[in-house]
Amino acid sequence: MTDATAGRFSLPQLNKLARFTFVDVILWCLRIGVIIVVVGGTIGTLIKGRYAFAQWFDLFMFGLTIGSVYALIALGYTMVYGVLRLINFAHGDIMMTGAFSGYFIANAFDRSGFLNSSPILAFLGVLVVAIICSTVIAVLTERFAYRPFRHVRGFAPLICAIGVSFFLEQTFRGFFGPSVRSYPDPKWQATPISFFGLNIPSVDVVVIISAIVAMLVLYVIVQRTKMGTAMRAVSEDTDAAALMGIDVDKVVVFTFALGGAMAGIAGVFYAFVFKQVYFYMGFTPGIKAFGAAVLGGIGSIPGAMIGGFFLGLVESVGPALFLDGIGIPAPYQLRDLIAFTLLIMVLIFRPHGILGERMAKKRA
Amino acid sequence: MTVATAAAGAGKHVHRRPPLQRAVIVGVVLGVVSIYIAAVGILLQMHGRAVIVDILTLGQEALLAVALGAGAYVARSERSLGPASIMPHSALAGAIAGACLAVLVLATDALDLRSMFIALSPQLVDMLTFGFDDVWIGLSILVASGAVIGILGALLSMAPRPVQKPVMVGLAAVTFFGVFQELIQIMMQFGDFIGAIRETLYDWEGLTLEGAIIIFVIAAVCSVLWTRFRSRPGAAVAPTPQQARAAKIAKIVIGVLLVVLFPVVAGSYIGQVLMLVGLYILMGMGLNLEVGLAGLLDLGFVAFFAVGAYATALLTADSPHALASLGYWEAMPIAVACSVVVGVLFGIPVLGVRGDYLAVATMGLGEIVRVIVLSDAAAPLLAGAQGILQIPKPFIGSLELSDPVELFFLTLACAAVAAYFAWRLETSRLGRAWMAVRDDEDVAQALGINLVKVKLLAYGLGAAFAGLAGSIFAVMLTSVYPSSFQLLVSINVLALIIVGGMGSLPGVIVGSLALVGLPELLREFGENRYLFYGAALIVMMRIRPEGLWPSATRRRELRAAAEGVDPAVEPATTSLDEIAAPDAQQPGQ
Repeated sequence: MTDATAGRFSLPQLNKLARFTFVDVILWCLRIGVIIVVVGGTIGTLIKGRYAFAQWFDLFMFGLTIGSVYALIALGYTMVYGVLRLINFAHGDIMMTGAFSGYFIANAFDRSGFLNSSPILAFLGVLVVAIICSTVIAVLTERFAYRPFRHVRGFAPLICAIGVSFFLEQTFRGFFGPSVRSYPDPKWQATPISFFGLNIPSVDVVVIISAIVAMLVLYVIVQRTKMGTAMRAVSEDTDAAALMGIDVDKVVVFTFALGGAMAGIAGVFYAFVFKQVYFYMGFTPGIKAFGAAVLGGIGSIPGAMIGGFFLGLVESVGPALFLDGIGIPAPYQLRDLIAFTLLIMVLIFRPHGILGERMAKKRA
Repeated sequence: MTVATAAAGAGKHVHRRPPLQRAVIVGVVLGVVSIYIAAVGILLQMHGRAVIVDILTLGQEALLAVALGAGAYVARSERSLGPASIMPHSALAGAIAGACLAVLVLATDALDLRSMFIALSPQLVDMLTFGFDDVWIGLSILVASGAVIGILGALLSMAPRPVQKPVMVGLAAVTFFGVFQELIQIMMQFGDFIGAIRETLYDWEGLTLEGAIIIFVIAAVCSVLWTRFRSRPGAAVAPTPQQARAAKIAKIVIGVLLVVLFPVVAGSYIGQVLMLVGLYILMGMGLNLEVGLAGLLDLGFVAFFAVGAYATALLTADSPHALASLGYWEAMPIAVACSVVVGVLFGIPVLGVRGDYLAVATMGLGEIVRVIVLSDAAAPLLAGAQGILQIPKPFIGSLELSDPVELFFLTLACAAVAAYFAWRLETSRLGRAWMAVRDDEDVAQALGINLVKVKLLAYGLGAAFAGLAGSIFAVMLTSVYPSSFQLLVSINVLALIIVGGMGSLPGVIVGSLALVGLPELLREFGENRYLFYGAALIVMMRIRPEGLWPSATRRRELRAAAEGVDPAVEPATTSLDEIAAPDAQQPGQ
């Protein structure tokens, strides 16, 4: 009897146990540790009750706002990765170029009074200029830095991408100086919008809504247009797509242009939210957005959107919810810690992301 | 370098275009390049450094090089036309490059670009118009000199090789002696005879015209003699093994003597620069074990450096945060051991992550370390942003190593020991296992290599080198701040091993000298060094992926690849590739 049960259970389980090395032990400790921090911190915070509902709501809205920016950036990563299998390390810096060009236009509008006299037109003007600038730069980087590495595998493309990132940052530093420039403050951003007695900063509303609109437009382009279909075909199988008569070069340029446009929009919104532009601003959001893209399942467009929003929420609510409860002083300094931990946990434990596996099953 | 690639890029496009059009394109491309270096601020910085006092600055020389390059490139690609019709084309290319800059100057005033681009200062306009008050006169001179220099470039490119080479060597020598005049003058302060030479070549501001001519002639003559000597049939006889061995030993002895004596002669500033170079060599050798040998692209390398520095600080400093007050020699091994432990701990979670994902994951880990060190949460232990101060200098007996040159000798000794270890590791069983893992992880595992052990050893040993560097860094500054441990350090180290040649020990030294030493000597450009790093990474990956001084294995592999397969395949890809991205990477939206 005992033999029978042992026989019934042991084969798979004992085998598994035998292969359980100290590395697995440490990885499990890591998982359990993170879970303990999250759960314990949440309980602790809720017991302490230091935050009112309005504060949670503020954090939540801020999370959605910054999350929509991450989602926009993550789209560029995910599309380029889908087509080229390349981590476009410089993508965050392409966002920075959008923010900078938007800043110069907004500044000019501010000086002429146009920014406050017709806010909607000014807003669109800033967006258009930022989109054009970052699209052009994205396409140029593809042409001069990435295309020669199209068929090179290994480190070379990634190292080249790191080089491009530095080159862009330092070029902008050389052009416009190392100082942090403050973004002009249009009047409409000063008055919050009331919503069931809760005040939401109008920036948040505008950013979230416009980001969702931009993502919908992108989704329609990718799903409905001929170029979008070609893009999906190339990301499915480059060689087969080429055999079907798709001009892969054109598709790659198109992908970079789309990603660049989204990054340009993201740059303007990021500058709206944080009210400053400087040459190094693209780096951290770029890395985080890459984490968002992986979290959602790299190569998947809806995944990038979900990952972006999720990351934004965790990063915004997390310090108060998880870290305050376990008595860490000044938890907001550790915002980036939460984002990077999430990134690493995803890379280690679930490199195919949230939507990745389902996609894989569908294809199989 | 930028010039060369831009021209090459243009060359690809204009393959079958008529010569005139081609000349225009070359001119425009090089013009855009010069507009870029002007707008990014490098040109003016270069203008601040004289090559020949009151006659030629480095900035002017850069523009000269652009125009010369335009002329030479056109002349080379139109060789079939014959000299008479090459000249106008070369002149045109040079003139157009000059005209692009002229347009920049005009646009700066007309469109008020200055409010955006901080580098377009009145000094830049002054430089480009040669100081003439009337902009138009200055700009016409600019365009005309572009044309003339373009012709010179064409002449130089068409000249027979025995003429071409000495001229180039001479120009390079003049540039070298002009740009580094300060250092060379410091070194020439010994003895009457050398002092007399110094006074003929230099005045107190820099190289004089006579000095430049003398240096040019000497360098050109040396170059001619060298060519003669090399091409003499008698010199080609192979030396006997004993001779070769003796020559090798002599070379090593001379090299060691040079390295040891150079900072003593050159003073404490050079000592400091060389010390920094030494630290980066240490870190480079560590990262080389990880990236070059084991193929683990680690962008969080700075964390180990930080651990070494903080461990040293906590163990020795005279501050309230200190845990103990050991001497440096006790603290250093403990610091290195701490880095090894952190390296292994750092490696465990990312064992299963491969390729590009590994790069991002390690970078995230590195950033986490930095965020924690900076935070208030860890401030009671690590002092937060204020850093830990008052770290004592090391003592040998009663001698305090406080002078940069003395500390340089400490670094040199550590680097020599570390280099010996790295060299032995390379050819050891472990080193070969690393290379197997680098080339194909799955096959390596199938051959019985314990991936976990081998990879963790790579992280741990790599971290040991960085920890040692960090420990020396702490006593060099006598204080540690979190701001010293930015991601930029990791990128610096990565850049230097790539420029030097991945997996190659001499490459690490060459890379650190080029990427750490050179920007330190050309101080004005210090702020632009990361621009050069970025450009260097891109350019190296494109034109010389094996690095400046590739390892012997790598060279062999590349040669085999170049001979074996069709030329369309990039030779860069043969050995470091095949690091498959994580298993689940499906496209599909």
